[in-house]
Amino acid sequence: MSGLEFLLAGTLAASLPLLLAALGEMVVEKTGLLNLGLEGMMAIGAAIAFICVFHTGSHMLGFAAAALISTVVAMLFAILVIGVKANEVAAGLAIGVLGLGLSALFGKSYESRTISGLPKIDIPILSDIPLIGPTLLTQDIVVWLAVLGTIVLWWVLNRTKLGLIIAAVGENADAARSIGYPVVLIRLCAVAFGGAMCGLAGAYASTVYTPLWADGMIAGRGWIALALVVFGTWQTGRVAFGALLFGILSLGELTAQAMGVGLPSQMLSSLPYLVTILMLVVISRRRSGLI
Amino acid sequence: MKLRLIRRDSASRLAMFTAPVLALALACLASLILFAALGKDAGAALHALLLKPFLSWYSFSEVLLKMAPLLLIAQGLAIGFRANVFNIGAEGQFIVGALCASALPVYFPDGDFPMMLPAMIAFGALGGTVYALIAAALRTRFGASEILVTLMMALIAVQILNYLLLGPWKDPRGFNFPQTVMFPDNALLPILFDGTRTNISLIFALLASVFAYLMMQHHFRGYQLRTAGLAPRAALYAGFSAPRMVWLGLGLGGLAAGIAGASEVAGPLGQLQRSVTSGYGYAAIIVAYVGGLNPLGIIASSFLISVIYIGGDSATVSAGLPVAAVEVFQGLLLFFYLLTFTLIRFRIEFDRKVPA
Repeated sequence: MSGLEFLLAGTLAASLPLLLAALGEMVVEKTGLLNLGLEGMMAIGAAIAFICVFHTGSHMLGFAAAALISTVVAMLFAILVIGVKANEVAAGLAIGVLGLGLSALFGKSYESRTISGLPKIDIPILSDIPLIGPTLLTQDIVVWLAVLGTIVLWWVLNRTKLGLIIAAVGENADAARSIGYPVVLIRLCAVAFGGAMCGLAGAYASTVYTPLWADGMIAGRGWIALALVVFGTWQTGRVAFGALLFGILSLGELTAQAMGVGLPSQMLSSLPYLVTILMLVVISRRRSGLI
Repeated sequence: MKLRLIRRDSASRLAMFTAPVLALALACLASLILFAALGKDAGAALHALLLKPFLSWYSFSEVLLKMAPLLLIAQGLAIGFRANVFNIGAEGQFIVGALCASALPVYFPDGDFPMMLPAMIAFGALGGTVYALIAAALRTRFGASEILVTLMMALIAVQILNYLLLGPWKDPRGFNFPQTVMFPDNALLPILFDGTRTNISLIFALLASVFAYLMMQHHFRGYQLRTAGLAPRAALYAGFSAPRMVWLGLGLGGLAAGIAGASEVAGPLGQLQRSVTSGYGYAAIIVAYVGGLNPLGIIASSFLISVIYIGGDSATVSAGLPVAAVEVFQGLLLFFYLLTFTLIRFRIEFDRKVPA
């Protein structure tokens, strides 16, 4: 396989955990909250999904269990932030550390074990297109479901009343409450959704993308997903685009070789963070002013 | 009948003491249940986590060694947190502090550099401060959230560290390990107690605590910072400069983390290596909160978290717990602290129907 073919085949799968986690966090942030615990929620989802698939052989069960456990962890965040109005930065870090620790604790006896991933699907006609057919368009079922899910999420956020309510809650919670929108419920659902998406993202990472368990396997993807939300300026399409971009970057050295770039790989790995800082500066300028 | 949480005007003194104790008890209970559910000897695990560190002078001295960076960083961070300036990237400032301090022994490995140690600490302090102030500049100039900027900067710092250790700074005689040369003797911090690894960075941390206490509780600047955190509008009307609070909050946090980073390479590590990214910067956030963001409380909480670190090491041996148990315990502790502290700060009130 040439470098380009490798990139075409691998980018979508590499982007997927970032995409799912970022879309979940995007919805959380749209309701006016910030959950910094992505890394931990992804890690615990990844661990539980792996254990589940290891014992049952069912990926479906693995994904469901991951979504469930990460939602439970996200609810701990909700108890703190929505329930007793604790500081959200500290609360996010608390569940982040907890999730990372739990994933290592549960995963301990599965260290370096492997399972089988998911088959790539050949779609008639599409797979016959030269170059992109056997690479870009030959993906596992989760990738296609995620593409579909992204479109649905875009539609919900931009074309339905629910999307408007979510935006209203985020932009002015007091106003939304006074016209009778259930602010607490909306936020609770958003946090749960964010948790579930992180769980799915983790599950994909540990049972499909690299179907083996290793402690610390999420390896900073949660932080990249957090950056991605800012990069995509809280818009579904841009977040999806950013996920692809960051996914390519995460292929790091391989990408550099494919493109014939002589940069150190650490430089490439830093790019998502640098670009995010730049985006923060650009988007914050418009609504500048302290407090 | 509906339940409502009414915030008290100020936390009672009782709450300040009760919340962390209650949180510790709940965290112990939750981890007992968790360890037992995993089929571990939960009693042995808790014994190792909380008691073992006190059972020998050496392990107690290791607690003091761990406590130094945690206490130092947490005191710096808490100053910012109280002013609502959220520096989440102390880990990055810590790494940059370690990098800047290491530059001297890396380029003068024979130790023929006068004032090596003080210069290293100064370099570390400067590096950490400048790295944090980038976030302050972006926040005050463009309004970019310091939460995200400091976090991103921390992730970039790890990459800079990797680059240096795998490239220009790698010890040519280090069997290709990603680490620098061992530092010469005059680049190492003096040991505080003979026969242990506890060094004078503990003194730095205690001095920082005194400074933080005097500034936050008895100085006008501390009053301004606290006001900016508790009542931003009041601070604005009083003419306290908001940008100055951001500069100060981030700068002091970076300064403390930078010194801590320098002390780590000049202390227990004795060289720059990858394990310098051991998460002190993140653990210090937990320390700061569990200490109630209070300079005296932070002394206690940094001691507690250090005990758990050292206890966690022995629990891996005696109770077969993975190292991650420490993380789980830290996470639970912060979770329960945030829960109990806020609950204690609120009165629960029931909405009753008004009698006719």
